[in-house]
Amino acid sequence: MSAFNQWVAILRSESATLAYDKRIIVEDLSLDIPAGSFTAIIGPNACGKSTLLRAMAGLLAPTSGRMILDGKVIATLSPRDIAQQMGLLPQTAIAPEGITVAELVARGRYVHQRLLRQWSAQDRDAVADALHVTNIADLAERRVEHLSGGQRQRVWIAMVLAQQTPLILLDEPTTYLDIAHQMDVLNLLHELNVSGRTIVAVLHDLNHAARYASHIIAMKDGMVIAAGPPAKVITPATVSEVFGLATEVIPDPVTGQPMVVPHDTRMAIRRGLPSR
Amino acid sequence: MTPMKQVLAHGPSIAWFVIGPETGNILVHRRSALVAFIAAVVVLGLVLLALRLGDFPLTPLEVIDVFLGRGEALVRTVVLEWRLPRAVAAVVFGAALGVSGALFQTITRNPLASPDVMGLANGSYAGMIVTLVVLGGSWPMLVTGSLVGGLATATVIYLLALKDGLQGFRFIMVGIGISAMLASFNIWLLLRVDLDVALFASAWGAGTLNTITPATLIPTGLSIFVLFCLLPIVVAPLRQLSLGDDAAASTGAAVGPARLGAIVIAIGLVSAVTAVSGPIAFIALSAPQISRRLAGTAEVPLAATAVVGGLLLLTSDLLAQHVIPFSLPVGVVTLVLGGLYLVWLLVREARRTK
Repeated sequence: MSAFNQWVAILRSESATLAYDKRIIVEDLSLDIPAGSFTAIIGPNACGKSTLLRAMAGLLAPTSGRMILDGKVIATLSPRDIAQQMGLLPQTAIAPEGITVAELVARGRYVHQRLLRQWSAQDRDAVADALHVTNIADLAERRVEHLSGGQRQRVWIAMVLAQQTPLILLDEPTTYLDIAHQMDVLNLLHELNVSGRTIVAVLHDLNHAARYASHIIAMKDGMVIAAGPPAKVITPATVSEVFGLATEVIPDPVTGQPMVVPHDTRMAIRRGLPSR
Repeated sequence: MTPMKQVLAHGPSIAWFVIGPETGNILVHRRSALVAFIAAVVVLGLVLLALRLGDFPLTPLEVIDVFLGRGEALVRTVVLEWRLPRAVAAVVFGAALGVSGALFQTITRNPLASPDVMGLANGSYAGMIVTLVVLGGSWPMLVTGSLVGGLATATVIYLLALKDGLQGFRFIMVGIGISAMLASFNIWLLLRVDLDVALFASAWGAGTLNTITPATLIPTGLSIFVLFCLLPIVVAPLRQLSLGDDAAASTGAAVGPARLGAIVIAIGLVSAVTAVSGPIAFIALSAPQISRRLAGTAEVPLAATAVVGGLLLLTSDLLAQHVIPFSLPVGVVTLVLGGLYLVWLLVREARRTK
């Protein structure tokens, strides 16, 4: 192990096999999420990214192997124990019709509430703080269904924030957003990471991953092809292996991080015809 | 400032207020509470009306006298033994059906789901007829048969719909199919048995409160009360469940146990009512959505639904007894009113999904 790898794993998969019914999605997978990192999981569609994230969140029990959260086997923890440590923004979250922003964000406080202590000053402050950090305090009494896609994504992130966990998992938090809102969400995640939270996000855009993540896990067919800092993972060889795509990797003119530029594979160019 | 005794100005949003100090409190939705209160006042007024009306009409004062321990023996008998059990049954059964529907709609995240649409009422009724035919007709037996019928139906639906878990249209469609099959099965059973047994059983077929006596009301009412007492345990996790299974679980809700608990309570409620009054249609379907719209909440408000359910059934029973010139089982009235509601709901859902 090189000196770069001297971190503590807050979340780890130990030879985990993940399956829905009998269909195996991920087999014998081991990986570590470094504490304090901004980890991006990348890979082609249906490579098992979301399945892995669900398993790490304790929503899918491995058929063999195990998931470890902060030294404890997740299968032995109750939903409440897990929710104290780790929040998840799933792809499938539903905003009930008519719910207001503040009410939805307050749902993130569930784990801190009890049958006969349904609301506390901590709840109030956590919700106010989450609304403030995500810059949606003005929308608190608005109905979620009346918001734009970008605003709605902020509301969901605020809900996870209100849970006040040291670890946050997000499944494709930028999908369906325009580029400005994608940057907006990624900047927000960056700020949360800087303020001490460990972030694990499934991302589709390699350049976003390269720019924002401190640790990247590249997956294909349920296996980890490469894991490490962007400079190590985002290479033409890895991208080719994972996505089957020929690319150049050049320094991002803005940040100097690796940037992926796919080769031009249009038929006309390949045939050597002049392109307009 | 004494933080331990701090009273919070309001809950998650201004729509909620907090009852109790910070150390021990509950959240109440303002408009839900108002809806429940207004509906309760109307229910009280209608109960008073129900006690007055009949072949032996009474004035409001005569009825009030009875409750103050005065009045003639005959008037006391009419009010306390003839009319009160039926009025109370309408309110309590309506509440039970409404809450049962609310639980199903919350679990399936679909306003079309309810125990009657999904065949549980028919299942309970089938259980009751089978018990009647095979084992004879003591009340505890019939109630048990009804409960077993409801649970068995739920189990069959669950197993057939298992692929998607307990959500989505599959669950509801399987339920509607099973419901239709059970309805035919019930008719077939009634055609096969002796005439007097068939008459006895088909009195329940449309759903009726004609047969309510204190002897049947008290045990059923107590079962419903016990089931209602269990509701606070599942309310909070069910609220999380409406965000989707993954979101609910990752915020700390025990999704499986909460859903199972809610289903058992919902089946218990509908079976308890069906055992005594037969399958009363559409209260379970309509009360939750009516109260949700009135209260303007994201999820179905259970307390308001209970009162609105009671109001709907009591109103239907008054219509069945006193307004319609010939005597009808209350189930027929709820079927007509509920049918209109269902048409409206389907049109609305169709427009929304367009």
